[in-house]
Amino acid sequence: MAASTTTTYIAASTRALAEEMARDPRVWALGEDLGRGGVFGQYEGLQERFGAARIADTPISEACIMGAAVGAALAGTRPVVEMRFSDFALCATDELVNQAAKARFMFGGQAKVPLVARQPVGMWRSSAAQHSQSLEAWYAHVPGLVVVAPATPADNLGLLKSAIRADDPVVYLEHKGLWPLEGAVPDGEHLTPIGVADVAREGRDLTLVTWSAMRWRCLEAARALAADGVEAEVIDLRTLWPWDRDRVLASVEKTGRLLVVHEAVTVGGFGAEIAAFVAEHLHARLEAPVRRLGAPRIPIAYAPPLENAARVTPDAIASAARAMTAPAAADAS
Amino acid sequence: MSGLGETSPETSQKAGRPARNLDAARLVGHLETMWRIRAFEEAAIRGLKDGLVLGAIHPSIGQEAVATGVCLNLDRADLLLSTHRGHGHTLAKGADAGAMMRELFGRDGGTCGGKGGSMHIADFSVGMLGANGVVGANIPIAVGAAHAIRLRGGSEIVACLFGDGAINRGPFLEGLNWAKVFDLPVLFVCEDNTWSATTRTADLTAGAGAAARAESLGIPAETLDGNDALALDEAARAAVAALRAGSGPRLLHVKTYRLTGHTAADAAPYRDPAEVEAWREKDPIARLAAALADAGIPAERLEAARAGAYAEMEAIYDEARAAPWPPVAGAYADVQDVGHPAQRAF
Repeated sequence: MAASTTTTYIAASTRALAEEMARDPRVWALGEDLGRGGVFGQYEGLQERFGAARIADTPISEACIMGAAVGAALAGTRPVVEMRFSDFALCATDELVNQAAKARFMFGGQAKVPLVARQPVGMWRSSAAQHSQSLEAWYAHVPGLVVVAPATPADNLGLLKSAIRADDPVVYLEHKGLWPLEGAVPDGEHLTPIGVADVAREGRDLTLVTWSAMRWRCLEAARALAADGVEAEVIDLRTLWPWDRDRVLASVEKTGRLLVVHEAVTVGGFGAEIAAFVAEHLHARLEAPVRRLGAPRIPIAYAPPLENAARVTPDAIASAARAMTAPAAADAS
Repeated sequence: MSGLGETSPETSQKAGRPARNLDAARLVGHLETMWRIRAFEEAAIRGLKDGLVLGAIHPSIGQEAVATGVCLNLDRADLLLSTHRGHGHTLAKGADAGAMMRELFGRDGGTCGGKGGSMHIADFSVGMLGANGVVGANIPIAVGAAHAIRLRGGSEIVACLFGDGAINRGPFLEGLNWAKVFDLPVLFVCEDNTWSATTRTADLTAGAGAAARAESLGIPAETLDGNDALALDEAARAAVAALRAGSGPRLLHVKTYRLTGHTAADAAPYRDPAEVEAWREKDPIARLAAALADAGIPAERLEAARAGAYAEMEAIYDEARAAPWPPVAGAYADVQDVGHPAQRAF
């Protein structure tokens, strides 16, 4: 067992960027307020260490930040873009979707666009509809983009480093609610491969496929289910494009039941992709209809009781899982 | 041969510069390139009518002086970002005309392997980082390219051409602000051809336009006659020299006119024929040729520039027509490395 240190999700990301900047002089970061450490502190100390040219404070100008990163990538550097909130990254959608994702293809492979677009996602208390969204499905839909959503400190270290080393544009979705989360992080060089899921918990009765902060809700639900004698397998995808289809198929082959859980709105969410894929490949093996559990199709509200209406809870996950594993569900299928 | 500036002293005065020192060989080079652009685009329009050019093309006929004036003052290592009306810029930067025509025909061997077409022509080997189908989107990309040059300690500059319609988009403001804040070596060129697609730009633009907007951000700007190749060449040369000396960004607002419709298929009935005719009288190629004739360049040499261009484009037209389609496997190539679409069939 390699030596490890307990650290936070946010500190793991700072370490990842620092290590990659030290390794490769072409790597730099640009965004608003980076010199002060970034809006959440994920860039703390980096400008002092690497200078203002490589940890660049930019105007509040998301379109230009992303567009400049595209140009900087085409011209031979490896920019890490900070968008503060994934909601704000919508101001840079043309630059990400029309430019970054397509330049390599449209220009016949003359250049690649190695950039990382960090877009903090997810609900945190009372931030309301413009600071809380989870829009990962939009990006997974766009050819050319890689989509990553780490849930643990170790993965935030290993996946951010892999994202920076990738030659593709990577949409990198850190969950705002996870910044203070502590966990063991390997000492020394640690790279997590993009496209490989993590089996967070093994089980025989039901597969829960999830990512980002919902990993922890699913594990909590799995513990509650275990008390009832239902053993849920929890798969944290870690990356949505590419996603680990083999791991998911193998798990559902074993359990016969799939519940996809995500924080994003259920309608048109990435859970639909996983559910459809599994239904296409394992229909005969399924012991219950595939289900999805996500948010209702409502913007996220400010007042806690209203905000909670959009929240996917461990109770809701356990309840859905119980319905799928009850004998009646098997009969219905 | 020098002193050609005497042929249009009013332009020199307007620019407020001392007498010119432009040599004939240089200006004949401009003329040759302008003819090549004109002949290329006329061939492309013929290709559209013959069903060989696919999709839309946006000709720059009448605007050739802008392309040569700017791009012939760049080194090959300098970078260029262009627009959906970018054939002229790309040719003037040194891209291979044959590969460009194959790209317009969607054929194998095109600049982008037949995957980009007219609006996405790029030739990174000559520093041409791409035409762009989204108006104004090239501006932030240009400042980012300049930012990268600065980070790696390079001495190249970046030229970014965009149309008059682009100055009403946010990326214009954001990109110019960025360039000035970081003092980057970007030559912004607003190629003002009077029309935003099928609407007169002046009807949709508040204030005094591109130069005033640049100056409001502290970026030196100059407004020029975009059909005067001599004036453009001199202004661009001075601007490029200033950029290389570390002046920070500059903007040229060049006023010209699109003699065709928005696309080659657009007959442009929305325009006053008298307006078109008045601009046709100011055709930049004819003007430069006349200036060179006045300066004593032999008629045969001027005719050779024209005839050579048309012969070249005739030949590449035939070559492009004979070229095969790209292999279908190319549709799956160069999408991405991680999660490549060919990794697993669905």
